[in-house]
Amino acid sequence: MRVRTTALIAAVGSLALLTGCGAADMTKQASPFANAQGAKSVTLSVQSWVGAQANVAVAQYLLEHELGYRVDTVQVDEVPAWDALSQGRVDALLEDWGHPEQEQRYVKDKKTIAPGGGLGVTGHIGWFVPTYFAKKHPDITNWKNLNKYADQFRTPESGSKGQLMDGSPSYVTNDKALVKNLKLDYQVVFAGSEAAQITQMKQFAKEKKPFLTYWYSPQWLFKKVPMTEVKLPEYKEGCDADLEKVACAYPHTPLQKYLNADFAKNGGKAAAFLKKFKWTTEDQNEVSLMIADKKMTPEDAAKKWVDSHKSTWKKWLS
Amino acid sequence: MATITASPPRVGLPALLKSPAVRKLLLLALAAAILVPLANARWASGSWPTALTVDFSEPLAKASDWIIDNRDSHPLFLYFFGHVSNVVVIAVRAVYLGLLAVGWAGVTALGALVAWRVAGVRLALGTGVAFLACGLLGMWVPTMQTLALMVVAVLASVLVGAVLGLAAGLSDRMDRVLRPVLDTMQVLPAFAYLLPVVLVFGIGVPAAVLATVIYAAPPMARLTSLGLRGADKEVLEAVESLGSTARQRLLTARIPLARKELLLGLNQTIMMALSMAVIAAVIGAGGLGDRVYQALASVDVGAALAAGIPIVLLAVVLDRVTGAAGERLGAEPEPRQGLGWLYALVAFAAVAVAGRLVGRLDWPESWVVGIAEPVNRAVDWMTAHLYSGVPVIGGTADWAGHFTTWVLDPMRDGLQGLPWWSVLLIVAALAWVIGTWRTALTAVLAMAAIGALGVWKPSLDTLSQVLAAVAVTLVLGFATGIAAARSDRLERLLRPVLDVFQTMPQFVYLIPVVALFGVGRAPAVAAAIVYALPAVVRITTQGLRQVDPAALESSSSLGATSWQQLRQVQLPLARPALLLAVNQGLVLVLAVVVIGGLVGGGALGYDVVFGLAQGDLATGLVAGGAIVCLGLMLDRVTQPTERRAKKGA
Repeated sequence: MRVRTTALIAAVGSLALLTGCGAADMTKQASPFANAQGAKSVTLSVQSWVGAQANVAVAQYLLEHELGYRVDTVQVDEVPAWDALSQGRVDALLEDWGHPEQEQRYVKDKKTIAPGGGLGVTGHIGWFVPTYFAKKHPDITNWKNLNKYADQFRTPESGSKGQLMDGSPSYVTNDKALVKNLKLDYQVVFAGSEAAQITQMKQFAKEKKPFLTYWYSPQWLFKKVPMTEVKLPEYKEGCDADLEKVACAYPHTPLQKYLNADFAKNGGKAAAFLKKFKWTTEDQNEVSLMIADKKMTPEDAAKKWVDSHKSTWKKWLS
Repeated sequence: MATITASPPRVGLPALLKSPAVRKLLLLALAAAILVPLANARWASGSWPTALTVDFSEPLAKASDWIIDNRDSHPLFLYFFGHVSNVVVIAVRAVYLGLLAVGWAGVTALGALVAWRVAGVRLALGTGVAFLACGLLGMWVPTMQTLALMVVAVLASVLVGAVLGLAAGLSDRMDRVLRPVLDTMQVLPAFAYLLPVVLVFGIGVPAAVLATVIYAAPPMARLTSLGLRGADKEVLEAVESLGSTARQRLLTARIPLARKELLLGLNQTIMMALSMAVIAAVIGAGGLGDRVYQALASVDVGAALAAGIPIVLLAVVLDRVTGAAGERLGAEPEPRQGLGWLYALVAFAAVAVAGRLVGRLDWPESWVVGIAEPVNRAVDWMTAHLYSGVPVIGGTADWAGHFTTWVLDPMRDGLQGLPWWSVLLIVAALAWVIGTWRTALTAVLAMAAIGALGVWKPSLDTLSQVLAAVAVTLVLGFATGIAAARSDRLERLLRPVLDVFQTMPQFVYLIPVVALFGVGRAPAVAAAIVYALPAVVRITTQGLRQVDPAALESSSSLGATSWQQLRQVQLPLARPALLLAVNQGLVLVLAVVVIGGLVGGGALGYDVVFGLAQGDLATGLVAGGAIVCLGLMLDRVTQPTERRAKKGA
């Protein structure tokens, strides 16, 4: 046993020697790929949906070309992004859809994350049917009539019920509870990722088949597959507090930016710029559509937008 | 299950009862007749009784809170994990900067020259071409990032694996202790431990490297231990008689004798590490994996493929080169080997310096070939034409629908409809008939653990998908394997195809799979089949080809047709290989359950992804644990003989 303990102490000791003695700060560790050419750098987190890619692409382009920073991006879901933000692994999260628990923990209690102001885009989650179907059956747009159409939304996966398609596990959703509490004859089928969900919606649309899906705006796909929202019981403050009993629509959420607290204080021009970054839903959609539909690289899409919207972004740099 | 400890009575039995399988089943039936009414009276329910579940969500949530609250201040993090993390970052950075400094020409030359020295001219050319292809696809920098990460991860895995393997090879007690640990490390879906690793190390490279080591170290450990144990007894005795100490024996005889296994271990470790490159991107590892993952977000198959091809190329090159090096080990060493290495070094230095002088370190942007657009067009065309409305056979969407309704639904409903105790009985019966009472006990306990974790229903859902996928994989795999074993040309044609399917990151084909089969369990099954098929084909082909040619000749001299030969000689003689194929099929299908979760497979796979995406340690770990238990149970039910030391094909 003694031998093993010595070996362990030796191992830990040599580890410490290798990295310089003393405590290692877990809150200050950048990516090994950062600053490769010795430039100032900023790390931005990207979420898996295209809107978030659009924010980051434009911010990255301006940081690199106007302010002379090197930008690293890391793709990570929102909740782990909060964690990464508090550790300084990423400097900013540009589009958060509301995570009160994380806000309490990191912004209010630990003070490792600072709010970065609004993004200027308002997000909304809802249930949607394709517009070609809503035109044929106008009464589908009220949730009370959903059961009447359940058999039209049936798929092999939903069995004898209608299919309500949900997306990525990283999304905020109460759909299972909603279906139960509103006594709907539907089965929630989780597509498992946004990519799978979009692919399926495109296939349905190609054949003009009816479908009912959890979806959100702003989103570029509306331009390709026009969709109409199904009205759910009206949202009132706090009606979604108890996840078991929730029976109302989703709120409209002004999307927020968050910065690592250290970076917000000492991040110089980059931090100041990211705090001022604020654009509209149309702006974001314009860039998103270029990325997702025209298959432009995020960089090219950002360049195209930047070239034609000088007055918008000049304000962010002052 | 107390049943399994009793020994069968040895009184005069009718002939039928002499068969051990029948005796075991009768005994089990007797035990069931006593225990089932008792269990049923106490916990009368079809599905697993809630009285018998343990809720882990609270302690797990507390553990995750504790880590987050103490990560910046507790000595454990300041003086241990923090340093581990720093060492990883420094090492990866050093390799990355080194690769960038050498430039693209230098790296290509280095790769080709090393391949030339250890594996010959042909592979050297292949290696060079592969590196150039990475550049042509516009993926030079991500490829270097992935390479840097892989170098460090593989070194760490080999180190950890060798130490564990040494311990297991030299001590029987350590071997017994380590074996289940290694099993768990390999079967636990990577997604399940990404989350705890991320909690401790945070998003990024250190967590990615650690997660890779967990996954890639076991084959090294297993093969090291196997090599040490397999050393020729006579040689060892001879060395011992010379009066050497234990350490001398280890260093001069046992380790050199085991070098073939060690090299095979290295080869397997490299393959496993590369297969983690994309999954590690989910926690911010960067590199090629990140490109694949980001392309997925904008539903861009072409871009994902452009980043996926370099991964395939790296994997194939590394596999062939280490494989060839292993074959050369046995051969006589070439004369003047040192001189060859010297030439290689000089050539590399010349290229690297030339690259520097010309100032061409970065891959020139004008040399990039865009493949994304044509690929996307091809995929769109294919899915548009196959999805539905194909005359006579129907579209892929129709097949998927029928498969779901006619196969998956009845299987799932059937399994979920069975009373819980009968599932345990079936598992016990299968495992006991094929193996010993020990394997039966392990299988039953694994299944019971799933119930106790409170995920009985989703686990049976996953089980039904796994069984369906394995069944299809085996039918296709055996058929292809038999065909390939009988035709050299077909085998040669298949080899690169199998390589691609085996090493292509699964994220690349997620979208085509959904586009063809729609969202749901059918595409999840399809993705699993694509992933598991190559291993099954390979093992089948190899098994059939290894059948003693003498047996074949004697049967053909007796006038057997080739069909009779196959059925009555080859297949029975290749039985161990076929069983291994079944086992590997199961392991591999189970390994992509999580990927299935990303295309609508639901059940355990979705829960694991959910846990990671929502930072919910309890959901993710419990689902991951249930997948491990399923794997353990299926392994025990299908593996009659001694477990093979070599896992992962």
